[in-house]
Amino acid sequence: MTLTSLTISKARDNLQSGEFSSEELTKEHISAVEKGKNLNAFITSTPEIALDLARESDARRARGETFGDMDGIPIGIKDLFCTEGVLTTAASHILDGFIPPYESTVSGNLRSGGAVMIGKTNMDEFAMGSANITSHYGPVKNPWYLNDGKDRVPGGSSGGSASAVAANLCLGAAASDTGGSIRQPASFCGIVGMKPTYGRCSRWGMVAFSSSLDQAGPLTKTVRDASIMLQSMVSHDPKDSTSSPEVIPNFEAAITGDIRGLKVGIPEEYRISEMSPEIDKLWSKGVELLKSAGAEIVDVSLPHTKYALPTYYIIAPAEASSNLARYDGVRYGLRVDGSDLNDMYEATRGEGFGKEVKRRIMIGTYVLSAGYYDAYYLKAQKVRSLIIQDFNDIFDKVDVLLTPTTPFAAFPIGEKMDDPVQMYINDIFTVPASMAGLPSLSLPGGLSDEGLPLGLQLITKAFDEETLFKCGDVLEKQINFGHKAP
Amino acid sequence: MSYLVSGEKEDWEVVIGLEVHAQVVSDSKLFSGASTEFGAKPNTQVSLVDSAMPGMLPVINKVCIEQAVRTGLGLNSKINLHSVFERKNYFYPDLPQGYQISQYLHPIVGEGIVTLEMSGEIREIGVERLHLEQDAGKSIHDQDPRNTLIDLNRAGVALMEIVSKPDLRSPQEAGAYMRKLRAIMKYLGTCDGNMEEGSLRCDANVSVRPQGSSELRTRAEIKNINSVRFVEDAIEHEAKRQVDIYDSGKTVTQETRLYDSDKGETRSMRSKEEAHDYRYFPDPDLLPIDLSTQFVDEIRKGLPELPDAKKLRFVGEMGLSEGDAEILVSEKEIADYFEDLSVGRDPKLSANWVIHELFARLKKDDLNIDDSPVKADRLGSLLDLIEDKTITNQIATSVLETMWTTTEDPGAIVEKKGLQQITDTGEIDSAVEKVILENTDQVSQYKDGNEKVLGWLVGQVMKATGGKADAKSVNEILRKKMDSG
Repeated sequence: MTLTSLTISKARDNLQSGEFSSEELTKEHISAVEKGKNLNAFITSTPEIALDLARESDARRARGETFGDMDGIPIGIKDLFCTEGVLTTAASHILDGFIPPYESTVSGNLRSGGAVMIGKTNMDEFAMGSANITSHYGPVKNPWYLNDGKDRVPGGSSGGSASAVAANLCLGAAASDTGGSIRQPASFCGIVGMKPTYGRCSRWGMVAFSSSLDQAGPLTKTVRDASIMLQSMVSHDPKDSTSSPEVIPNFEAAITGDIRGLKVGIPEEYRISEMSPEIDKLWSKGVELLKSAGAEIVDVSLPHTKYALPTYYIIAPAEASSNLARYDGVRYGLRVDGSDLNDMYEATRGEGFGKEVKRRIMIGTYVLSAGYYDAYYLKAQKVRSLIIQDFNDIFDKVDVLLTPTTPFAAFPIGEKMDDPVQMYINDIFTVPASMAGLPSLSLPGGLSDEGLPLGLQLITKAFDEETLFKCGDVLEKQINFGHKAP
Repeated sequence: MSYLVSGEKEDWEVVIGLEVHAQVVSDSKLFSGASTEFGAKPNTQVSLVDSAMPGMLPVINKVCIEQAVRTGLGLNSKINLHSVFERKNYFYPDLPQGYQISQYLHPIVGEGIVTLEMSGEIREIGVERLHLEQDAGKSIHDQDPRNTLIDLNRAGVALMEIVSKPDLRSPQEAGAYMRKLRAIMKYLGTCDGNMEEGSLRCDANVSVRPQGSSELRTRAEIKNINSVRFVEDAIEHEAKRQVDIYDSGKTVTQETRLYDSDKGETRSMRSKEEAHDYRYFPDPDLLPIDLSTQFVDEIRKGLPELPDAKKLRFVGEMGLSEGDAEILVSEKEIADYFEDLSVGRDPKLSANWVIHELFARLKKDDLNIDDSPVKADRLGSLLDLIEDKTITNQIATSVLETMWTTTEDPGAIVEKKGLQQITDTGEIDSAVEKVILENTDQVSQYKDGNEKVLGWLVGQVMKATGGKADAKSVNEILRKKMDSG
């Protein structure tokens, strides 16, 4: 067994027992990143920083000190977390050369927890995409492949993070999820992806896509790893007005292996026409496994589910159109000169933003325009309230919901690119929990008939990550996925 | 008496509404910890939030919320316990975020009233709303031949936008309204009112209509006026321009205009068609503000006495005239000075001295009352010398002159120069007799019934005594001697 195939929890224990040093562990991962370059999972690798951090960690441990469970663990950081002194691009041309003089709260928390950043992972431009094909730095490949000569997408927007973890280039990655950007790539890459309750992780220093939806979370190999890594990421941050002051429990301690009596809801509205039969089969398998572990299965209804995706594609672009206004060529990043001010704006933004980002800025600008605001944005907010109400009603009756994560498995790079709506359907199962700000987790449920990973998703009520981890861990053990990216 | 603009066929009434932008007194900006101090070097008071670096988030400054509520209470306005910050989206280099955080559908303060006194007539001007918003930075176009320079020191500074109803009917009323708002905010300590530093600016919405009509015609908005006089001038010019347009058979178009104080005219800036679509929507980075009634009550309890109430007290309790009281409360600094001065002294004497002697002397040196070299306590010692009859009013004026350039105590000045009032009637008697003897012509005129000449004779006695005699006693003694002689 190589050091790169370890889990975070195993590596933690071995570092503690002195089996190996963080420097050794980190070096292995640095060379894995080097060997895995063809995946294009990283925009910037930071081997020097990583080695410094690893040596500091080892020195601490030698003194009998530790910063916690993540101390000495090599991780990737999605390239939308601003990292002090390290290029931060959000995978956009418009942030060319942007080196932040500050560290985002989440990456700063990880760093003060001793985690070792080995690089900044690739992603869809400004986190807009479900296949990691909109990055200015090129598409990311899924380490999973079939013998048909086609590269598969890793999902998105956290495709680089998911691909890196699945290919054992790092033990975990800090990513972000707006409508499924952690969970959908986790599903496509056969790993665990977790989005906590909106407000658990500070958004300070995270390049904004959609402020009311963006939430950081971990991509890891196991549910336990997700609980360990999340612990290091969360905090109440006075610099983010939407950061939650809610008490932070010990997430790993919630993993007890016992879900007897837990009420698991199966929402009928998630059985959609776009879903392939193998997904249906996977879902049923998940239901049976939870039942055999002692959970009580309850059929439930979330009547407004079908409106979640269209509503999401109004609210997220609306916020994005405003959030991305700051990239104007005046203060940082790319500037393309023009004959006058408006010309400079147009040239800079025209060249700096990719097609998908422009599409969403235009949609967002449209739905906020005078005369359309009530019909689109305001209506979407009302529907969002109904979706939240649906979940509130359900969580009076059940503890957790089980659904598929995606309606299909990873597809070849180049497919579904002509029709944005086809691409948006990727997020149909992940978006509702985002709209309601609920914690949710994707774990590998099995392989498709072709042999590609498929994810199952769990959702709980707000601030009940503990149930999510407890149930996720049991389901993970029941499924006993066992497959690794080839 | 109403203000009318005469046109070719008829007289026109002016309808004015003002949007006043007042900088909130606060050490730091509305959503960041950067300093708001005026006059710093460009771009030295800019936080990561103000410069809209990626991933930066606004956090509301509680002081600014308190100040807005305080101002709302001072304007007799409804405080909205629930209010929402929204984004007003537009591109400009001195607006780093690409949007201004402002309040739109749910402002923190609702309707209120500002009372004006215009030549004895009470006018109540409606306040539509007050909301909080960020100021923009400054674009500097004249320091580089090719580039525009940007100073972000002001970017993100908290402003209160106070919107009046279209209740103002003359340039003078608009000016008085500005002055009144400024005074109230200075009393409250919520805006320093410093127009030279841009702490107070206004936009004026102006339209005209035939006298007696109640319609509201198309208005023009004159942007960014930065002095009370310019507000008055700009409205006057704009009203005339609009009347001329109607006289020539055309109609006024809705547009934004700028006032050029050098040329004394308003100029079109952009038309309605060019107006921005600001795409307002609630800022998802900020939670709505929900205030408790307790929070508002605490602020209400701490409110200072405001000009209207103070004026009532000055008239009612101190017996000052309406006119004097109005002058004394017109600015907080004047009222403070007067109140310090009048403690334990005759209010009327104190008022007279502030309004006449002190103001005249300040005007001579072009000083504000705050910068007066003679503070209230020293002037008070001077008034005490008048009240205990050590010196006369006239002598006191000359003592004030000496006090102006020295730090000497008025008592010491009087002592040193021997300026004490002559209380010895014998001394006055002899001076009176001397004047009677030397001015026989005038005395006989008096005796022939010319009362006016008495004043002149009193003046001669005062001159002879170096102003140290009490004019009233001189008057009496003169009369007695001439009547009996």
